[in-house]
Amino acid sequence: MSVTNLLDNWAAVRHFHPIDDKPHDPYKWAMAIDLDACIGCNACAVACYAENNLPVVGREKFQHGQVMHWMRIERYWNEDDREFPDQGAEFMPMMCQQCEAAPCETVCPVGATNHTQDGLNSQIYNRCIGSRYCSANCPYKVRYFNWYDYPTTDNVWPAEMNYQLNPDVTVRGKGVMEKCTFCVQRLRAAEVTAKGEGRIVREGEVQTACQQSCPTNAISFGNLVDPESRVHKQWKAQQVDLAKDEQEKDKQEGGSDLRGYRIFEDLRAYPSVMYLERVRESAV
Amino acid sequence: MKDIREDIAWAKINQDVMKSLENPRPLYWVILFFAVLTFGIGIGCEVYQYQMGMGVANLDNPHVWGLYIATFIFWIGMSHSGTLLSAILHLMHADWRKPIYRFAEAMTTFSLMTAGLFVMVHLGRLWQFYYAVPYPNERWVWPNFQSPLLWDAMAIFTYLSSSVLFLFVGMIPDLAIARDNMHSGWRKKLYTLLALGWEGTDRQWRNFRVTYLTIACFLIPLAVSVHSIVASDFGMSQQPGWHVTSFPPYFVAGALYSGCAAIITLFIILRYVFKFEDYMTLPILKKIVRLTFAIAMVWTYLNCVEFASVWYSHDAVSKDLLIQKMTGPYAPFWWAMIFCGSIVPLVFAIKRFQTNIPVLFATSLLLNLGMWLERWMIVSPTFSHGYYPWTWDHDQWPSMIQWGIVFGSFGWFTLLFMVFCKMFPSVSMYEVKEMVYHRTLHLKNNGTAVEQTVEQGVH
Repeated sequence: MSVTNLLDNWAAVRHFHPIDDKPHDPYKWAMAIDLDACIGCNACAVACYAENNLPVVGREKFQHGQVMHWMRIERYWNEDDREFPDQGAEFMPMMCQQCEAAPCETVCPVGATNHTQDGLNSQIYNRCIGSRYCSANCPYKVRYFNWYDYPTTDNVWPAEMNYQLNPDVTVRGKGVMEKCTFCVQRLRAAEVTAKGEGRIVREGEVQTACQQSCPTNAISFGNLVDPESRVHKQWKAQQVDLAKDEQEKDKQEGGSDLRGYRIFEDLRAYPSVMYLERVRESAV
Repeated sequence: MKDIREDIAWAKINQDVMKSLENPRPLYWVILFFAVLTFGIGIGCEVYQYQMGMGVANLDNPHVWGLYIATFIFWIGMSHSGTLLSAILHLMHADWRKPIYRFAEAMTTFSLMTAGLFVMVHLGRLWQFYYAVPYPNERWVWPNFQSPLLWDAMAIFTYLSSSVLFLFVGMIPDLAIARDNMHSGWRKKLYTLLALGWEGTDRQWRNFRVTYLTIACFLIPLAVSVHSIVASDFGMSQQPGWHVTSFPPYFVAGALYSGCAAIITLFIILRYVFKFEDYMTLPILKKIVRLTFAIAMVWTYLNCVEFASVWYSHDAVSKDLLIQKMTGPYAPFWWAMIFCGSIVPLVFAIKRFQTNIPVLFATSLLLNLGMWLERWMIVSPTFSHGYYPWTWDHDQWPSMIQWGIVFGSFGWFTLLFMVFCKMFPSVSMYEVKEMVYHRTLHLKNNGTAVEQTVEQGVH
């Protein structure tokens, strides 16, 4: 009976700490984003729309903040005493950080958002009842809610655009939460192929849509456990570690050559995305 | 001053309360009409929202929670004073609660039912709400026991069922009186059914007392835990302005506060509508007013504690949020909350206003407004000035649909409450008789020291 099942598998329900007991074998999907290389072109965001069947909500709903961009480019103006065309700006690509100790996971009343063995923060659309507690507790605000029934009543994809939809990704009805999946459909396909051939996924074999479309290679993505992967090398070079809650670059007095950090590390969500700080003109 | 007149005959008590079941003042029907109207508007808004999706409420990212959650806390809070009056004061032998605890307990039950509605209204897929219930199922899927929202669902359900039971058990002797005095018809049948064959024998009374006391003892920790758990929805989260250790006691104090204010409002309405001037007397009103004043000061103190601990902490984000509340787009509402919650109750400190019905009525409405604003000011500003800079200065005001459902909930509550008061004795007849009996007994024994002993009942 199911009560026995619950008690027998209690360890699967309650981890002591996600950092301690996640095996990450053989995969831990992670990302590194070089803010120095990012030119703010939004190609990643567009690619994400195409790959993941994101609804285009239109101007009015955009203004109401009901936009569904899993990948968003944030713009921060520099305070450099210059007026608009000359004023400098910073770009920040932001998507679900796939936290190892995700604040969204513990609060969901129905357990619709969970951690997978390969280090993803998964969202089960069919289980979601739309309490939106996950989004309320997300420090990055990267979860997007289906405020309307986009595929049917809202008709965001007219008939002639049906062929544009990605058949590997489900469309979401109203009332469920969704967010960046690290293109889980591509990861699963690659993992299955590799398993059939008795090996693990090689570096470069799988790309996320945003990574694939980035003209400056600002985004690298791969298996953090694999020592050959670019993302592993980058994390290692920056001395950023999954279990850390403070950056090495901030520990050294008088600045350092290290650029790697993760956002809000002190909140101890242990995100899987490392950002590389922009090299400023003043620092060169 | 005595709580109620001592020369009221027992038969007159029966008569007066039974009359409230038959012919209230015309204002009753006016209130009922507006309640149905408001509730209808709320239903219309909810049907539209159900069809279209939550977007019509003008919620967005990051403002994923809005008035629904704020009003949910408001109703949960309102339910607490019923338990305070009926259970806590019962254990403390505060006699003055006797004529008014019945309607306070009904208020508890119905405000909990209203709060339960908001849980539903808030869900994106309310047709799947049962996923949050831990029922054994073939697929071995359980809800997430770590989630405060799940604790919430369980706590509210337990509190609601216990409150209904408490209300019903306390009413049994009165239902028997109603059964015996009602002319034949469907209502007599209803009272006969609900009175469970009560005859008022010695054995029945003894069992009744024990049962009532047991449920009262069970209900008190439950009431405290329910609002502590509602506070955990916020306290257990990571967000600035919510992640506050003192939230559980703060929420419980706020709950008692808004509940007491609501009791004053309903006291005044019932007293007029059902002609209860002999039972819901001014001395009793004065005691509730003093109690409310004390709780208002506790709430003010806990507010100061929270502000001070944020202000002197090194938590820059929480401090920013506090400044933002005081000066940002929510400032008018925030200051209105401080004014209604901490300044207005000072009226209660002035002796001649303590029995001035128009003043008390207006004041109690303002207090309730302040407490509703308090809940809104807990929920919303965190979203517009949280951790993530991208969300800053992002205001999203509730749409008319959202307001409509909030107003509709007041209609729903008033409807349930008013129908209850017309259907069932809203003044406890058997306990008022006890009061009269004790007083007369006391008069016989010691005619001179009446004033002094009555005052002992004030706590």
